[in-house]
Amino acid sequence: MASTAEVVVAGVGLIPAGEHWTESLRSLALRAMRAARADVPGLQPQALYVANMLAPSLSGQTHLGALLADFAGYHGIEAYTLEAGGASGGVAFRQGYLAVASGLIDVAMVIGVEKMTDKVGPAVESAVASNVDADHEAVQGVTPMAQAAMVMRRYLHETGAPSDALAGFSLVAHKNAVTNPNAFYRREIRAEDYRRAPMVSEPLNLFDAAPIVDGAAAVILARSDRLTSNDAYPRVRVGGSSVACSVVALHDQRDLLRLPAAAESAARALSQAGVGLEELDLFELHDQYSIYAALVLESVGFAQRGRGWELARDGAIQSDGTIPVSTFGGCKARGDTGGATGVYQAAEAVLQLQERAGKNQIAGARVGMAQCLGGAGATAATHVLVRLDGC
Amino acid sequence: MEVSRHWRLKQQRYSLVGEVCPHCDSKIFPPRDICPDCGQEASQPYKFSGRGQVYSFTTVHNPPAGHEENAPYTVALVHLDEGPMVTAQLTDVGDKAVEIGMPVEMVTRKLRSDGERGILVYGYKFRPRLLPA
Amino acid sequence: MEPSATRAMRPLRKVGIAGYGAYVPRYRLPAREVARVWHGGSAELPIKEKAVAGLDEDVITMSIEAARNAMGRAQIDPGEIRAVWVGSESHPYAVKPSSTIVAEAIGATPHTLAADWEFACKAGTEAIQAAIGFVGSGMAKYALSIGMDIAQGRPGDALEYTAGAGGAAYILGPAEESLAVFEASYSYATDTPDFWRRAEERYPEHGERFTGEPGYFKHIMAAAEALMEATGTKASDYRHAVFHQPNTKFPQRMAKSLGFKAEQIEAGMLVAWIGNTYAGSALVGLTAVLDTAGPDDLVLVVSYGSGAGSDAFCLRTTERLLSRRELSPATRFYVERRTEIDYATYARYRGKLALD
Repeated sequence: MASTAEVVVAGVGLIPAGEHWTESLRSLALRAMRAARADVPGLQPQALYVANMLAPSLSGQTHLGALLADFAGYHGIEAYTLEAGGASGGVAFRQGYLAVASGLIDVAMVIGVEKMTDKVGPAVESAVASNVDADHEAVQGVTPMAQAAMVMRRYLHETGAPSDALAGFSLVAHKNAVTNPNAFYRREIRAEDYRRAPMVSEPLNLFDAAPIVDGAAAVILARSDRLTSNDAYPRVRVGGSSVACSVVALHDQRDLLRLPAAAESAARALSQAGVGLEELDLFELHDQYSIYAALVLESVGFAQRGRGWELARDGAIQSDGTIPVSTFGGCKARGDTGGATGVYQAAEAVLQLQERAGKNQIAGARVGMAQCLGGAGATAATHVLVRLDGC
Repeated sequence: MEVSRHWRLKQQRYSLVGEVCPHCDSKIFPPRDICPDCGQEASQPYKFSGRGQVYSFTTVHNPPAGHEENAPYTVALVHLDEGPMVTAQLTDVGDKAVEIGMPVEMVTRKLRSDGERGILVYGYKFRPRLLPA
Repeated sequence: MEPSATRAMRPLRKVGIAGYGAYVPRYRLPAREVARVWHGGSAELPIKEKAVAGLDEDVITMSIEAARNAMGRAQIDPGEIRAVWVGSESHPYAVKPSSTIVAEAIGATPHTLAADWEFACKAGTEAIQAAIGFVGSGMAKYALSIGMDIAQGRPGDALEYTAGAGGAAYILGPAEESLAVFEASYSYATDTPDFWRRAEERYPEHGERFTGEPGYFKHIMAAAEALMEATGTKASDYRHAVFHQPNTKFPQRMAKSLGFKAEQIEAGMLVAWIGNTYAGSALVGLTAVLDTAGPDDLVLVVSYGSGAGSDAFCLRTTERLLSRRELSPATRFYVERRTEIDYATYARYRGKLALD
């Protein structure tokens, strides 16, 4: 591998995910950007990478890079948007990593922002549905939820797993969110609630799907030699970074129950970091739909094909389990924030490694992985974050 | 109003016309000019029989714009007899429950309209086979 | 009157039906449901139930399926069809032909004529009459004529019981390859305002009892009698007869007046189960006859279109009919395929609930 500079996550900032009626796209972003800056006030970003997927259709706004850089007071810097559906956050993080690792940018800020609540009605469903294949899926009225439902039905059919097999993902996510003040849903749910939940798109029930809400999260990436030796928090570096693509339309997938992009990007990121699966202390995975959480665990290698659901059933994914997931509530309970999700995941993983997770702290966390997906696994962006004094 | 976008696709939409790869004989739908199996050029038209089986399905209750009139509707992945998988609505299901493996056949139906004044978009859907096998 | 004005119409080359196909949607609204909503269940029922098109169906989609069924029986290259003509009073567009979309869907474009026809319930047979001329003149080897409707009735009106959905497609071609040959045809038309719809109106108007004697009976009688006289045939020569079916009583009365027995019209009488399919009515009845007829049977078909006019056809089936008709679904499969709906579902399907 070519020699690259060591990239550190110098600051993180995130705001509560939710329905922010009084906040605009810009004000949400600004709040998160300021929060990240507060971690390292001396570091002025030279580049701003924006993660967003729906501003053009829901806010009528493109050109977020220039807009947010200007409003944040970063005059003249390089700034633009990265988009890959729900993986936008991870992809923008990758861009920040590439910029700093190359040595050409010293300090980069990644800001993920999504404003869902300025529009209401079927136009919002249409905007979200732009994540599927427009000519061959959306024209039939298919939405990302319908895609997930079809995958879930096939999964239950092929594995013979019980209808509540995926309950554990929601249960764990909700439990973790209770102690996260930034989470959208902070109420625990019980197994019984899951079993009795109404169907939203059979076999997906109410607790198998996370609606997309407003949110913003930012991280500051810096070359490690730009930091002073007086760190406020334990230093976390980006050990591995990888983006991989698969196909957009479900019908183009070779195997409906395997996510090759998730597998590929995780393998590459772990390999780059020199970390094995068993060394991960936490995994912020893409649990916007419970079925994808199960498939990710299988595709990445935590479980055999068709057995990812057992990790949920057996408690392996709980905060005291062998592979804690959604440690702050994940997409399911902290909230799915569309293009910003990948930045939330990265920020939360960093907070864990820096022992700033409060009541959500995973004890002894030293290495974490964050992975977000675009569409039904069309894009996967994976980052392995390593606490420097622990590797 | 989207006029040319749907017009470009009318062959595949109305009649399930895809492609066959002259190199490896793979049947391709929707047409994409490069064979997904062997990676070579494949633009020879191929008309599918329209017969297939339901591979998976779900019912949509929160439709995107343009599909509200038809809701709730069922969408499915249909495994065509000739090999490719296609995404389509199921229609004319009647009283029988939809099941994975159900034999279906292609029919041409209204997919959506561009509002009261826009064009009608026609395309393929699948229904349970009319005649017993 | 000059003898030439009343002689049967025969083209220079003999023409026949190369393929035929029906389509009837699966939903059924029982007449008792209409009675329940509008008359407290006490009205006399003119039919048992009618066919209702689903939310994603219209005259274009229905015509495509009927045309595909006709293609299945004809076994021809669609490129050789040089006219695609759809007759209906419920074309989805007021301007933009249903025919071009049907032509595209069956592969008949681009070297073809395409046009929509309109003459109330005889729009389809009008297109067949013209196709006989088109093919019989040698201008084309094949022509496709379709009669198809999603009949609309004003809520609460008598017509609502019977206004059904369905129709049939016919590919006309050289007599020597046909499943049934046109021996002769005849048309009779007058300016008679028994039933109409103004351009901007949603539902049709009708002249109630005026639609009977001066309308339906007069024109069918005139066309049938003129055709039989010009061909030297009488009612007993025909194995089957199909008349336009607005309800069960009218065609039964018409048959009796012309000297036909009940069993002669039985095979083609579908109205009790699918309703009045308007431009599809006589034509879908004919498909049911062709599904069960023997070879060398003489068949009389007389349509009626309000406004008003009748097209009459004298057909003789061939041996080829017996083997070819198995190649597409028989009409009875469509008639027997039914999902009963209630009036509320019907109102939603037929767009009678204003969504905005």
